[in-house]
Amino acid sequence: MYRIRLHGRGGQGIKTAGRMLGSAFFLSGWEVQDATVYGAERRGAPVYAYVRADHGPIHERGVIRDPDLVAVVDESLVGIPSAGVLQGLAGRGLLFILSTTPAALWQQRLNLPDRVLTLAPPAGAPPIGTLCVGAAARLTGVIDEAALVAAIRQELAGMPAAVVERNLDWARRAYAELAPHAGRVVEGGSGTAVGYAAPDWVDLPLEPAETAAPAIHAALTSLRVPTGLWRTLRPVIDYDRCNRCWWVCSEYCPDGAITVAADGTPRIDYEHCKGCLICVAQCPPHAISAIPETEATNP
Amino acid sequence: MSRQLLTGNAAAAWGARLARADYIPAFPITPQTEIIETLSAWCDTGEMAARLVTLESEHAMLTAAAAAAATGVRVFTATSSQGLLYAMEMIYTVAGWRAPFVLVNVSRGLASPITLEPDHTDVLAARDAGFLQIHCATCQEVVDSVLMAYRLAEDARVRLPAIVNLDGYYLSFTREPVELPAPEVADRFLPPFEPHELAFRASQPLSQAVVVLGGSTYSYFRYESHLAAQAALAVYDEIAADYAALTGRRHDVVETWRLEDAEYAFVMMGSFATKAKAAVERLREAGVAIGLLRLRLLRPFPAAAIRRALAGKRAVAVIDQNLSMGRGGVLHGELAAALYGQPDAPPILASFIGGLGGRDLPSEEFYAIAEVLREAARSGVTPPQRLLYTEHELRELRKLQAIALAERHDPRLGGRGP
Repeated sequence: MYRIRLHGRGGQGIKTAGRMLGSAFFLSGWEVQDATVYGAERRGAPVYAYVRADHGPIHERGVIRDPDLVAVVDESLVGIPSAGVLQGLAGRGLLFILSTTPAALWQQRLNLPDRVLTLAPPAGAPPIGTLCVGAAARLTGVIDEAALVAAIRQELAGMPAAVVERNLDWARRAYAELAPHAGRVVEGGSGTAVGYAAPDWVDLPLEPAETAAPAIHAALTSLRVPTGLWRTLRPVIDYDRCNRCWWVCSEYCPDGAITVAADGTPRIDYEHCKGCLICVAQCPPHAISAIPETEATNP
Repeated sequence: MSRQLLTGNAAAAWGARLARADYIPAFPITPQTEIIETLSAWCDTGEMAARLVTLESEHAMLTAAAAAAATGVRVFTATSSQGLLYAMEMIYTVAGWRAPFVLVNVSRGLASPITLEPDHTDVLAARDAGFLQIHCATCQEVVDSVLMAYRLAEDARVRLPAIVNLDGYYLSFTREPVELPAPEVADRFLPPFEPHELAFRASQPLSQAVVVLGGSTYSYFRYESHLAAQAALAVYDEIAADYAALTGRRHDVVETWRLEDAEYAFVMMGSFATKAKAAVERLREAGVAIGLLRLRLLRPFPAAAIRRALAGKRAVAVIDQNLSMGRGGVLHGELAAALYGQPDAPPILASFIGGLGGRDLPSEEFYAIAEVLREAARSGVTPPQRLLYTEHELRELRKLQAIALAERHDPRLGGRGP
C-alpha cells in the first residue's frame, strides 16, 4: 500500500491536491482512500491531506503514522512541530519539499540522508498543491501523465479554463522535473502482529475536579498563540501614503492586530495578524499592500 | 454503474437524492454541513426536485421534518453532535408521531470539552427515543443505508423515523470508492412513499400527539412503538435481501469478518471497525483465531444475530467508542444483556473504551487487546474495563496541565498569584 501525506496551509490547495492524487491513483486502477484533516476552518493554518492506494480494499483509516512519502507545499511548515510534517519520517519515508534550498542542505538539517528531494517552484507559480501532486505522481512511478491530467481536470471541473490549464502546466512541469526519481517512493508493508511495540497503557488516576475540569484559569491566553504563523500573505503599510486617519484599518481588523499610536500611526502586530488582508481592501489611500510571506524580510 | 470516489457526506447527500426526498429542513453544523450544502446546490440547479429550507435551530428542524412527514411527503434531514442534542426534545416527541423520515447523524464527540472529531456518545443519546438506528462503516454503506432506512422506516409494519449514523472525519471527510445505484434501480428498490392515513394539511386541524393522563393509555402507545421497532428486525432482513438482489451488496443487521472459525472476537460499531478488520488479518497471519462482529443495527437491537455470531467463542472484547459516565461502554452493557444466561455464551466479555473524540486506535492496540483476551481465556478471569490511553498520552496531558497551572497562579494573566 502507498501511504502519502501532503502538508501545506489553508488556501494552498491541499484538500484539492489530496483529491487530485487520490483520483490519479483511482484512474490508474488502484483502490483509494483520501481525506483532508483540518480543524476549525482557517486560512493559512497548517492543514494536511492523506492518500492511501492499494491493490485491494483498504481497511486502514485515519492518520498515516508510517508514510512512504511526505510532500510539503509550504517549506515554512517543516520547522513548526505542531504542523507534524516530520511525523513518522524516522523510518524509511521520503520527504519532498517545494523549496529553492538545495535538497542536500535539507538532508543535513533534518538528518535524513538521501531521503529529501526538492523542487524550486517554476517562475510565476505560487506554493500550491498541484505542484506536489505532479511530483508525487511521478515519484510513485505508477501513475502515467494521462491519468494525472485526467484527475486534475476532474477535480477542477467547474473552474475557469485558465485556472485548469495553469494547474495542469504546473503539475506537468513537476512531473517532468521529477522524472529522474520515478519510482523512488515504494509501497510500505502492513506490519505484523508478532513482536509489535505493545502500547504502554496507563490506568488514569481519579483527580480532583480542580485539576480534572477543562477550564482555562487565565485571561488573555490567546496572546500567547502566535497566530501570525498562519499567514501566507503579509499586509505592509507604506507610511508615506498613510494619512493617519487613526481608525479605518484598526477598526476593520477582525483580530485586533492593528494598534494606533497617539499621532494616528497604525502598527501591525505580525505575531497575531493572520493575513486576511481586510485592511488592504479597506485602507482609503491604498497605503497597505500585500506581499508573499516568503518575500517578507522583517518578522 | 461505475464506481467513483465520494466522501461519506457526499454519499449521504446521494442517498437523499436517489431516494427522491421531497423536503429537506436544514441547519448547519460541522462535520455535517457539506451534506446540506451539496443538497442545496442540487436543489438550486434543479438536479433535485426538493424544497430545502434552513430553519432557525435543530429543534425547529426536527419539528419541521416530522410535520412534513405527517403530510405524507418524503423527508430528509441531517445533523451532528450538539445539534442532535439541541433537537433531542423533538427527537423523542416526533418518534411517537409514527411519521417516518430519515435523519443522518454525522457523529462528533459531545461537549465538554468541545471537540470536532467523532465518537458515538452523541447518537447514543438518541438510543431510547424510538428512532431506528443504522451505523455505517464505509462511504458505500452510507448511500446504501440511507435508501434502506427509508424502506424500513416507511414500511407499514414499522412506521418509525430512522437515523443513519456515519463518523465525522473518518467517513464524512474521507473519500472511498462508492458505487451509486442507478436511479432506476433506486426507484425499483424504493417506490414513492405510501403515506396511508398520514395527511396533515393546512386548515385541516389535526393533533399529532394527544395528551394522555393515567399511565395505562400512555403505556399502550409507548409499547406499541417498541413493538414496531422490534418488528423492524424481520422487515430489515427482507429489505437487505431485496437490496442485495438489486445491487449485489448485502448489508445484514450485523457484519461478521472471519468470525465463523474464530475463538476470539472484537465487537465494534462504526468506521473504526474497518481498522479492526486490518488487525484481524495481521493477527490471523500470526496464528491468532480472532474475528470481528460489527453492529449495523443498534435499534432495533439484533440480539439473536449477536448470540448466534458469538456462540462458543472463548473471549470477546467490546470496544466502545462512547462513554456512559458512571457505567462505561454502552455496547458492552447491551452485549452483556443479550448474552447473559444464553447457552454457549462466551465466558469472557471484556470492556475497552477507545476512540473517544476521534482518538486513533492503532493496530498495536488491537494486537494487545487480543493478547488480553487470550490471557483472560486461560485464567478464566474477566479483565477490568480499560480506557485505551497510554503513558505517552498522559505525559502530553501533564504538559498542558502544567501550563494551565502556571497561568492560574500568574497575576500578570489575571491569576490568583502564587
